[in-house]
Amino acid sequence: MRVNIEVNGVNYSEEIEPRLLLVHFIRDQIGLTGTHWGCDTSNCGTCVLWLDDLPVKSCTVLTAMADGHRVRTVEDLEQGGELDPVQKGFMQEHGLQCGFCTPGMLMTARALLDRNPNPSDLEIREAISGQICRCTGYENIVRAIRWAAANSSSNGALDVAEVAQ
Amino acid sequence: MTTTENQANPIGFGRMLRKEDARFLRGKGNYVDDLNLPGMLHGAVLRSPYAHARIKSIDISAAQAHPKVKAVITGEILETLNLAWIPSLSHDVVAVLATDKVRFQGQEVAFVVAEDRYSARDALELIEVDYEVLPPVVDAKKALDKDAPVIRDDIAGKVDNFIFDWESGDKAATDEVFANAAIVVNQDMLYPRVHPAPMETCGAVAYMDPIDQKLTIYSTTQAPHAHRTLYALVAGLPEHKLRVVSPDIGGGFGNKVGIYPGYVLAIVGSILTKRPVKWMEDRSENLMSTSFARDYHMKGSIAASADGKILGLRVDVLADHGAFNNTAQPTKFPAGFFHVFTGSYDLMAAHCSVRGVYTNKAPGGVAYACSFRVTEAVYLVERMVDRLAQELKMDPAELRMKNLLRPEQFPYTSPTGWEYDSGEYPRALRLAMDIAGYEELRKEQAQKRAKGELMGIGISFFTETVGAGPKRHMDILGLGMADGCEVRVHPTGKAVVRLSVQSQGQGHETTFAQIVSEVTGIPPEDIDVVHGDTDNTPFGLGTYGSRSTPVSGAAAAIAARRVVDKARIVASAMLECAPEDLEWEKGRFNIKGDKSVGKTMAEIALGAHGTVELPEGVEGHLNAECVYDPPNLTYPFGAYICVVDVDPATAKVSVRRFIAVDDCGPRINPMIVEGQVHGGLADGVGMALMEVIAFDEDGNNLGASFMDYLIPTSLECPSWETGATVTPSPHHPLGLKGVGESATVGSPPAVVNAVIDALAPYGVKHADMPLTPAQVWQAMQGAPYRTDLAIQ
Repeated sequence: MRVNIEVNGVNYSEEIEPRLLLVHFIRDQIGLTGTHWGCDTSNCGTCVLWLDDLPVKSCTVLTAMADGHRVRTVEDLEQGGELDPVQKGFMQEHGLQCGFCTPGMLMTARALLDRNPNPSDLEIREAISGQICRCTGYENIVRAIRWAAANSSSNGALDVAEVAQ
Repeated sequence: MTTTENQANPIGFGRMLRKEDARFLRGKGNYVDDLNLPGMLHGAVLRSPYAHARIKSIDISAAQAHPKVKAVITGEILETLNLAWIPSLSHDVVAVLATDKVRFQGQEVAFVVAEDRYSARDALELIEVDYEVLPPVVDAKKALDKDAPVIRDDIAGKVDNFIFDWESGDKAATDEVFANAAIVVNQDMLYPRVHPAPMETCGAVAYMDPIDQKLTIYSTTQAPHAHRTLYALVAGLPEHKLRVVSPDIGGGFGNKVGIYPGYVLAIVGSILTKRPVKWMEDRSENLMSTSFARDYHMKGSIAASADGKILGLRVDVLADHGAFNNTAQPTKFPAGFFHVFTGSYDLMAAHCSVRGVYTNKAPGGVAYACSFRVTEAVYLVERMVDRLAQELKMDPAELRMKNLLRPEQFPYTSPTGWEYDSGEYPRALRLAMDIAGYEELRKEQAQKRAKGELMGIGISFFTETVGAGPKRHMDILGLGMADGCEVRVHPTGKAVVRLSVQSQGQGHETTFAQIVSEVTGIPPEDIDVVHGDTDNTPFGLGTYGSRSTPVSGAAAAIAARRVVDKARIVASAMLECAPEDLEWEKGRFNIKGDKSVGKTMAEIALGAHGTVELPEGVEGHLNAECVYDPPNLTYPFGAYICVVDVDPATAKVSVRRFIAVDDCGPRINPMIVEGQVHGGLADGVGMALMEVIAFDEDGNNLGASFMDYLIPTSLECPSWETGATVTPSPHHPLGLKGVGESATVGSPPAVVNAVIDALAPYGVKHADMPLTPAQVWQAMQGAPYRTDLAIQ
């Protein structure tokens, strides 16, 4: 079957098998490998991307369900050579180690801050509670999202100095 | 402290943001499953649904007829290549594909190579295997029963499921201490089977170039050099035609030390099809077939005087090794470093015995950041000390303080022969108690108990045993556990460091640049770290057992010192003075007494590559290397305190606070060290409260997906409180000890001790992990259950 999906602002019209999972479409067919495949059962969240404006676990979404919709992945967070505040926050607060859960965490973090620009620690913990990180013990992820909240102006533009690299 | 602004990078040690983050944050990491080589095919493994069954026949004809299938491989085909069985890491063999029997649920039976991922899986369903189901051995305690089915009838003359007996310590002396002790406390405990479950599962892309016959294997390996040599030895492939690449790895925790059948199958698939073959397991395959951890049934006894002086410790272990003995550890140590079980205490005598048995479960045993079974050792001693405190009605902190090794006892030789390098134990425990507000917590607990509320405070003091290891004692399949490092300074003063170890998230690209920076004064941002590619790095045994910093970190420091030594000679030639007339100031050599005359490392590097006339016998350029054979292990340590609340109505445990004081010697990058500790603490909470791989009576794996194998999320983990003391290692060139596994080793007993403490009003003395609400409820009723079997 043919699907039309906008991924990170680019329109893709692709022939797919009806059973193709969105995570495999994004990774293997479109070649955006920032979104990861970790568990198959919607438990780990390494595959989180946005379907329209909502974070979803793409290992349990059929590509066909994304037909006519917009997808946003981690590769779209950096805009005009400028990292998103959540990306800067994860670097500043050491919110990542192996990096495997990071893209999904970043997409959830961005979605949280879009809706709640100044979340409490508990709200942050609840927002990422559907995703597993095996390296950080979560504390630095919470700090990273808090950093991003503290270092974003209301329109999303940054009010802090450049991050290294 | 939270840092809210970017800081200038340090020269050498200090907080520095990670270099590797730049790609991970952008979704540009390069993990094995991200590889997409031209013409690449996809492999999938057919696995056994049974724990124990004889294979009567395998029909692959329908799978072979699938239009997208390029190859179907069975054990029978591998036998013709002499690859059906490969040596294990513990003097046993492991089946790549089953030929005679399947011996655990999830064992590899056949391999399909197809044009795409989905077709390969489709074809698995077309393979027909006729099994004769056999009774399985599920309960390790029944593995040696006379009527137990013999699992390993592939071994000539094998009539039981016995693997080994091993012991350490002085049994007679220990018996005497126990015979004369005022107090003896016995406690059986299980450290159940758990799984490292890194977020990235295991996988490989293999490509045998049909023209130059060079085989490149990109794989999720923590030990690329060791894998290369093992592939050469096992498959008879010439080692110079083998390249193993460990690209970005999505967490290891020991899960990625061994060679899995899937890697070998990807190689065979590539040889047969002459195309690159990718094999990537899914989560269930990871949990069911790759290296598990622990599975130690321990009978502990502790002896003490009436006033709480610990005198002796002994333990008898039944170790469940699964269907093949494939634990990854130094050859001489079938129980790993478990015999460091006397922990952090000054006692007179100790003895341990370990019996390994086969069961119809996946092989493995040494994984999940365990430092070669120091996790089990620390759990044993820290639970026993708490049991003793219970019997003595003594505060567990006071009991520990009374028995901890004192600073003047170091270097300390333990009753089982370990030489602890350095330690200031009471200082660390006191600091943890101060951060926790220990005395106040006890008061709060007393008030809560009076109201019927269940609050617990648990302490754990651990001594880690890392940095394996001295070649005279330690090898893996004959390969000595020394590691290499090369430092090359370019003419413009920028440097490249090549490591034998590699990162699975620890941040080597940053910390090893900082190590070389610390010694040479070259800024860390001017130092590139190359790792994980056997064609481009020196030989070494890899990253596990917290060994990168103590072993390769020492190699890097010494190589960097050799660069500085050479730089002195070059600088003296440039300044036309004697080398001894120069003094080192981080990053430059000056004429003694005159800082205005000198040469920077960049100037010296250019000189070394230029036309400066060097003394007779001194070669140009500014490079050095080192192969480091550590004189001893390093012994990081720490004091942990956990505070829990237990809901008396639901038996649910909530971790309110966790205080961790770690001493790993000087910290290369405190931010990264703290991150390593945080991750290990989450592991501890997971193992203590949630994680277990149990089996039902048919040998079905009951933890085979993330629906069933529960890993802590952000809601189960508290906000960690950390502290540090610094006791350098006297034998490491920079005093470093390593920290990767400290918190995983040290934290589980703190959580369990806290829960048992909370349950004191119910008279609970012990319950095995994981302390799920069901298990805690059962313990409150006086009947905790066995967590390794299906709940009866």
